[in-house]
Amino acid sequence: MTAGSDGLVVDAEVRRGTFTLAVSLTAAPGQVLGLLGPNGAGKSTLLSAVAGLTPVSTGRITLDGQVMDDASAGTFVEAAGRPVGFVFQNYRLFPHLTVADNVAFSPRARGLGRRAARSAAQHWLDRLRLADLADRKPDQLSGGQAQRVALARALAGEPSLLLLDEPLSALDAGTRLDVQAELKRHLADFAGPCLLVTHDPLEALVLADRLIVLEGGRIVQEGTPAHIAHQPATDYVAKLVGLNLYAGHADGSEVTLDAGGTFIVADHDRHGDVLVSVRPSAITVSSQHPQPSSARNTWTAKITGLTLLADRVRLDLEGDPHALVDVTPAAVAELSLEPGSQVWLTVKATDLEVYPPTASQPASLAGPASPLP
Amino acid sequence: MTLTAPSHLTARERARRAARGGASRSAPATLLVPALIAVAFLVLPLAGLLIRAPWGHLAAALSGSDATQALILSLWTASASTAISLVIGVPLAWVLARTTFPGQRLLRALVTLPLVLPPVVGGVALLLAFGRTGFIGRYLDSWFGLTIPFTPLAVVLAETFVAMPFLIITVEGALRSADQGFEEAAATLGAKRMTVFSRVTVPMVAPSLGAGAVLCWARALGEFGATITFAGSFPGQTETMPIAVYYALETDPNAAIALSLVLLVVSVIVLVSLRDRWLRGGSVS
Repeated sequence: MTAGSDGLVVDAEVRRGTFTLAVSLTAAPGQVLGLLGPNGAGKSTLLSAVAGLTPVSTGRITLDGQVMDDASAGTFVEAAGRPVGFVFQNYRLFPHLTVADNVAFSPRARGLGRRAARSAAQHWLDRLRLADLADRKPDQLSGGQAQRVALARALAGEPSLLLLDEPLSALDAGTRLDVQAELKRHLADFAGPCLLVTHDPLEALVLADRLIVLEGGRIVQEGTPAHIAHQPATDYVAKLVGLNLYAGHADGSEVTLDAGGTFIVADHDRHGDVLVSVRPSAITVSSQHPQPSSARNTWTAKITGLTLLADRVRLDLEGDPHALVDVTPAAVAELSLEPGSQVWLTVKATDLEVYPPTASQPASLAGPASPLP
Repeated sequence: MTLTAPSHLTARERARRAARGGASRSAPATLLVPALIAVAFLVLPLAGLLIRAPWGHLAAALSGSDATQALILSLWTASASTAISLVIGVPLAWVLARTTFPGQRLLRALVTLPLVLPPVVGGVALLLAFGRTGFIGRYLDSWFGLTIPFTPLAVVLAETFVAMPFLIITVEGALRSADQGFEEAAATLGAKRMTVFSRVTVPMVAPSLGAGAVLCWARALGEFGATITFAGSFPGQTETMPIAVYYALETDPNAAIALSLVLLVVSVIVLVSLRDRWLRGGSVS
């Protein structure tokens, strides 16, 4: 975190009323850093602060070694003076300007003449396959086209840093995957760091090189998408990636869960606080006490809810511990599973992922952690 | 509970209620009668103007040099005061809408005071300020030899004083309700504040700006009280259309009617140009 380092370095707090965002993060050139978190976690506030639309309350933000905002020194670069491209959630394309003029806006505002700005815009219009739409107004564009125009407009200012606030959330499900694939290619071409805010786990997993999970204005987990998908640190992330998550205390091969119950785990060397995650499809449901088998964990639970997912039924089970379990519709029928049914659950020790809580984990997670329905 | 006697429902009314829902469209007499009286009161005088108009001699009635002079004077002074209002009123609307400072509410009240102030009072106030012995006029006179009262410039000032607030409140309302996200977007694209204002803010409130300007111009065109108090009524110099109508009524009623018709036509044109805002039943600002 030296002043001379490349990329974006944020070590700051932003206070807005009773809400405080306190983050420390870096994004290297060429890296797409995903910011994942529930509504109100502070994701958009962070983008606002980096863009210069909101000053930080304490701390500083530097970009390629240049101070953008430093609360203690009183330094602040206005939004217009920052080499930042911002793709807003609803794009905010200027409704009174054509696509070409929207894209030429930044070159023009940064001092190019009309003709030079036009040709700069033309480059980006070609690159994002927008040349045919150049004379349209934003209200004549489809969602996917508007998204490309917003990206072209942000890139046309030749920014050193790209900010994307839920770039695909305004799209319908049908076009989202296509636009996502195309966005991924353009992000790969972008040389500077990129911050991508999302609350869609798939979008985060596909687009981001590294993920930061924000909750309540704090970073609760940081890592590669694969790491976070396998070893979620909080209930929010576990729910997003569809895993059961339990906090507990390990003593050799036995983990005493905070929410009640114990697990026998395959990893014998753990001691102290741990997190245990398990896939809903790894848990077996039986209507009677199962025969002795290789599965090391068996406990009783009561069904409190059934939800039909695409090709499976997700059971919501209350017991020690609580669990979400995926079964086939056929199993529901054969075992007469219904709310209130008493069942036995079994899971193999080798299907339990055991890992230490992350250092940045908030204190609240030391309490009972039960998977959310 | 007794059942009321069934009434007749035409097939057409049946279809209307089925399609759009709602109860009967006919109004009860206690509301309908006063409503019709109001319509008659508003429309009949204007109809009278059309009926009494000297249609055969309209050109002759208007061709008097006084009438032509008054019309030309009215048109250019109203346009000049609208231009002045745009140049200084729009920035004031922006300041009121986009900044906060102590005393802002008081300032807004003062700015809009001419809307409710009797125009004659405005004329007296202008005379006290810009008159030859007024606290500003005194220095204009002794330093620059500039005397404002009873000149065409006084007409412009009087009209601006009365009409500018219409522009200011219209534009301020539009600025307040405009989505500031676009201005933020412009800032992240490198636009300085003046660029944001001219390339994003103004174009986005352009419809309200146009409506405010038309409203301002129409008000300036019809200005009477402040003008006659501050600028007098010298034909060709300060005698605007409304003042000309007023005096013509004593000497040449046909000319008064003809001049009134011209103002009526101008007003109708203004109303048509504002139809999107007024005739749809929305609010002004």
